[in-house]
Amino acid sequence: MIAGISIYEILTVTSILFFIGIYGFITRKNLISVLISIELILNASVVNFVVINKYLYPDMLQGVIFSIFIIAVAAAETALAVSIIINLYRQISSVEVKDTEIMKY
Amino acid sequence: MEKYIFYILSVIIIAFAVASVSSRKMLRSVIYLLFVLCGIAGIYFLIDYNFLAAIQLTVYAGGIIVLIIFSVLLVHHIEMELEMAKPLRKVLTGLLCLLGLGVFLYTIYNNDFNVVENNVTTSTADIGAKLLSYDAGGFILPFEVISLLLLASMIGAIVIAKGRKLNDKNNEAL
Repeated sequence: MIAGISIYEILTVTSILFFIGIYGFITRKNLISVLISIELILNASVVNFVVINKYLYPDMLQGVIFSIFIIAVAAAETALAVSIIINLYRQISSVEVKDTEIMKY
Repeated sequence: MEKYIFYILSVIIIAFAVASVSSRKMLRSVIYLLFVLCGIAGIYFLIDYNFLAAIQLTVYAGGIIVLIIFSVLLVHHIEMELEMAKPLRKVLTGLLCLLGLGVFLYTIYNNDFNVVENNVTTSTADIGAKLLSYDAGGFILPFEVISLLLLASMIGAIVIAKGRKLNDKNNEAL
């Protein structure tokens, strides 16, 4: 545990981080920026898992292991998203959300 | 002492997160994201999960950021400025996010957490044993499933990004 810091303060920080991610997800117009916002949201949730594990159930490891799985899924998702973005850029020469209107050509 | 380090880290995280979603230069926004991820690794170090902090630094800061920078450099001119949303839409989204944040904080501060005072240090060996145990509560099956997922996404990424050469047929379709 962090000396002098209660669980409320850490959860406040992660909630703020989560909503900054949501804000970016809605307002940005670029596929890569949307990807960055998704990373912010995922990170906020991972910190929540770890902190709740540490503060409420210190003898268990479930929170840590689930956060490892979340990080692995996030890495897989980013690799796929980047490959899709590059393929899309090759075909329509743009990565703006509004130009992305075909799934298959 | 740890208290002040936590406050400094959270200020860094929030400031760079805001900068990352509001910067108009693509590459800068990715670098701000890198600072956010390093700050989160610092929080893991503070609560004594060294293994997670190492994973955060290698997978996120070393892997994902490099991938995103790579894709930014492939699809953008570095100095290109991003198109931004309309101001009205920004204000509305900001208000909506503040409302949601209010609901979250209200729920959190009204919940009575049953905090256990402790100084347990988790070693990497514990995490490894838990991941590979097939007793009740072990995580061997999800571990295998996640390795399959990584393999599948690797193959998928190669197949998708390889694409095919642009020929006349594709040019007509454009």
